[in-house]
Amino acid sequence: MLLFVEQFLNGLQFGLLLFLLAAGLTLVFGIMDLVNLAHGSLYMVGAYFAATFTAWTGHFVGGVLLALVATLLVGMAVEVIAMRRLYGRDHLDHVLATFGLILFFNELVRLIWGPAGMNLTLPPWLNTAVEILPGVYYSMYRLSIIVVALAVATGLYLIVMRTRIGMLIRAGASNREMISALGINIKLLYTFVFGVGAALAGLAGLMQAAILTAQIGMGENILILAFVVIIIGGIGSIRGAFIAAIFVGLIDTVGRAFLPDILKLALSPAAAATAAPALSSMLIYLVMAIILVVRPAGLFPAPGSR
Amino acid sequence: MMPALSLRNIVVALLLLMLLLVPVYALVVGNNFVLSLFTRIVILAIAATSLNLIMGYGGMVSFGHAAYLGIGGYMVGILAYEGILSGFVQWPLALLVSALIAFVIGLLSLRTRGVYFIMITLAFGQMIYYVGVSLNRYGADDGLTIYRRSNFAGLLNLSNKTVFYYFCLLLLLATIYLTWRLVNSRFGMAIRGARSNDRRMHAIGFPTFRYRLTCFVIAGTICGLAGVLLANHTDFISPAVMHWTRSGDLIVMVVLGGMGSLFGPLIGTVAFLALEEVLSGITEYWQIIFGPMLLAIVLFARGGIDGLLAGIRRG
Repeated sequence: MLLFVEQFLNGLQFGLLLFLLAAGLTLVFGIMDLVNLAHGSLYMVGAYFAATFTAWTGHFVGGVLLALVATLLVGMAVEVIAMRRLYGRDHLDHVLATFGLILFFNELVRLIWGPAGMNLTLPPWLNTAVEILPGVYYSMYRLSIIVVALAVATGLYLIVMRTRIGMLIRAGASNREMISALGINIKLLYTFVFGVGAALAGLAGLMQAAILTAQIGMGENILILAFVVIIIGGIGSIRGAFIAAIFVGLIDTVGRAFLPDILKLALSPAAAATAAPALSSMLIYLVMAIILVVRPAGLFPAPGSR
Repeated sequence: MMPALSLRNIVVALLLLMLLLVPVYALVVGNNFVLSLFTRIVILAIAATSLNLIMGYGGMVSFGHAAYLGIGGYMVGILAYEGILSGFVQWPLALLVSALIAFVIGLLSLRTRGVYFIMITLAFGQMIYYVGVSLNRYGADDGLTIYRRSNFAGLLNLSNKTVFYYFCLLLLLATIYLTWRLVNSRFGMAIRGARSNDRRMHAIGFPTFRYRLTCFVIAGTICGLAGVLLANHTDFISPAVMHWTRSGDLIVMVVLGGMGSLFGPLIGTVAFLALEEVLSGITEYWQIIFGPMLLAIVLFARGGIDGLLAGIRRG
């Protein structure tokens, strides 16, 4: 029971992290119709910035905020230099161009920070355990990830649905020409949206970096999980991304934790020990395949897509 | 009618001549590295040609194509590890398994279109990569060394580097010939029609899903063959062959050479590996140049090298 609560919270935390990454991806796809493989690079860049800035300022929250601003700026620069020229092009072009960007960013990080990973050290007040239920302790840091990510998700929802800028974004998504004819600077708006997506990815990256480490290529594996999330949730739908991300996070974490025991009930211990790692790493993709058979456009297809 | 002596045909002819003469050059200069590099180029060109079949002609941008390289390679590696060295068993089994997996992945992925298809093939490719990583009996992450190459009972000695090279080259030419026959057949017309307008093809009575699935399976099987060759070439197989960036490399090779052109993937593979050699000679951080170069190719040279040679720009 104790273990289950802990694994459940870990799954929730991982799911929310995936959501931060998937939200940027799906926002950029829904609004600009752009597939951005380099989103994982921004996740990595955010982590490296945070590790550098916290060490440099000696202050955790300050360093993190600086890193977020820096990732936002990098994202906007990428949009202005490269992405802007790709709108309206074939999706294959997006894939290739952003694949090139991944190679560039990986190599740039290797050049600047070296091939070894970097640690993001937590301040003492985050590096403790709290009693969430009587007798059940949980990492303060992981709990704060859950809180921050939930707050960001709520904020994102409010901004997109309740503010003037959110209205402009939604309008721009449905008809680009019309909104620029009405005198809105759509280019600036796109740059801003891309930057926010980058900052969200950076936030996810730096939060993960404190649990693992900041390392080259860290964004690529999780990026594919984020793709799985938006395939399940329906491309372009933030609500779908949120539900699918938590779903994927829970299945992955809980599956890895309990699948070996479940398999032992049906198989011999040796066979279970062999099958469990393979099966638990395949679990997410199997779920995705099943969902695709039932709903080819994902659980919550955004209106007007496809 | 294409003029017989266009710039493009001359380049292709020179390229083929060069490929034919590589072992001679290697023998004269005594440079084994060149032969090894070109064996690799020829094998990867087979993989790129198979990807071109679905991507260039069929419009199916598969981002998990490297998975079949791994499947073919692992079949050879696993069978050799278990003591089955005969190529007559290894190769057909490897192709069969590649075809079966391509069938299942295609069955699921081809229900979708466009970006969904790209992402789903990417996800399935990565799934197979993780399966490779979790194969604890067969080296897991570290891979599996193959101590004996496939044995063809004295008919063919794959351990002879020159023989192996010419054998790979023969298979490459066969693959290109097969692609040519396929895309110009009724089958190929249906595939190309489905790329331009699937709904219309459907309306005039073509079960396009079946056509596209068949095409997907053929491409997967050919790429599995490339995997078999690659494993025999390097005497080693590891999950790294299947990593999604390898699938990205294959796409880059096809686009660099020219999508939907018969010899494009071959040209692209030569260019890609040559660029890698040259750039990594200039700086250890060669991808910092290669990445933006890729971006520039996408932005300014859509038709790839083949498009530049033919003097036409595909829109």
